[in-house]
Amino acid sequence: MAGSESFPVTKPRWLLAELTYSCPLQCPYCSNPIDFARHKNELGTDDWQRVFSEARAMGAVQLGLSGGEPLTRADLTILVRHARQLGYYTNLITSGYGMTESKIVELKDAGLDHIQVSIQSPEKTLNDQLAGTESFEHKKQVARLVKKHGYPMVLCVVIHRQNIHQMRGILEMASELGADYLELANTQYYGWAHINRDLLLPTREQFQEAEAIAQSYKEQLKGKMKIYYVVPDYYENRPKACMNGWGTTFLTIAPDGTALPCHSARELPGLECPNVREMSVQDIWINSTAFNKFRGFDWMKEPCRTCPERTKDFGGCRCQAYLLTGDMTNTDPVCSLSPHRDRILEAIEAAGAQEPKTLVFRNVKNSTRLSA
Amino acid sequence: MSLDPDKLLTFSPLHRLQWEEAQQRHVILYPEGMVELNATAAEILQLCDGSRNLDGIVEELEQKFQTGGLRDDIREMLEDALLHGWIREFSRH
Repeated sequence: MAGSESFPVTKPRWLLAELTYSCPLQCPYCSNPIDFARHKNELGTDDWQRVFSEARAMGAVQLGLSGGEPLTRADLTILVRHARQLGYYTNLITSGYGMTESKIVELKDAGLDHIQVSIQSPEKTLNDQLAGTESFEHKKQVARLVKKHGYPMVLCVVIHRQNIHQMRGILEMASELGADYLELANTQYYGWAHINRDLLLPTREQFQEAEAIAQSYKEQLKGKMKIYYVVPDYYENRPKACMNGWGTTFLTIAPDGTALPCHSARELPGLECPNVREMSVQDIWINSTAFNKFRGFDWMKEPCRTCPERTKDFGGCRCQAYLLTGDMTNTDPVCSLSPHRDRILEAIEAAGAQEPKTLVFRNVKNSTRLSA
Repeated sequence: MSLDPDKLLTFSPLHRLQWEEAQQRHVILYPEGMVELNATAAEILQLCDGSRNLDGIVEELEQKFQTGGLRDDIREMLEDALLHGWIREFSRH
């Protein structure tokens, strides 16, 4: 089952190491699985080092160190040093919570290449409310220290209905902090964001207005700050080329060693994702059932199967197909050719109705309750 | 973006240029991104080490490949690199 003649197996380029599900924040759009509290038994230092070595030997070169909050791992510096020695470009994806100047220096010395700090809002009250913890001033301070110590500084702001009206403020804040890159990540509706979708999905008008503001700043800040704009796919007519195609480029390892073709794939029932405790990265990538399941085009149904655009978008996102249609082998319903396109339109309508609801925060208590 | 021929060129400290064995080519790495380079671009960028200006790089490569007339192509590549932020210009003191 190692690919087919028409679709050869390529090697992984990106490794996302979700080092832990522990996190002091409670963001209601977190991409961790709803039942994260169930998955304990985190990989130890030796296992992570082996995973980094095996993936690097296959050709992985970008390494994301994420979580949860990766700073809660006591061995973070050891892992960074190992990764850098292997030749990875090492990206730390953090809330900044718990970061100190001495840690920033220590990580730099270990070879860390870049730190991405997430901020929830340019306004203290909303930032702290969304993060579920008081963190605003500290995050800004961390962003400044990241710059001071010569790292490229990437500011990440997840965009949704609670903060989309602050787009101008977000861009001004990023500019004032001297960010080299600003990632404006429109919320992707998986995991916690899916539960909270009715409170997070902005209206089409809000999107258009915010995008126009971001575009004008993009021109203005050319050469100073790069803006990455993650498109809100619910308002598109074609799905995103999710993960650049299943099992072609991206490999995620969850805290307990489960290997995932995308970081949301844990939500797919019956996928039986392999674990690095039992198989080598190479074996997982090339031979496991999970990594071959949606590789190439043979698994597709209509309208994807005969669609000329299938080589461009790979049928979109399997998790989105499952979450919205109940069948992971369906066309991503974002596509206007999908027979389930109405699910997206219903979601947009439900969000527009703005019924009184409250955000469900990502914490152990809610995770346990929702996955009981 | 036009290049100042008097200025020295150095590789950006916010990017990394490295040889990738698995891909058999040089790549530029930066936050969450990678650019795959062809052999010519890699040759040019490796010479952006802070000791040469445009003419210095042209001279070096024309000598290495025993040819002439490379200046326009090299300048074009470097201007593109400058635009992407892969290299920086600075003045000789």
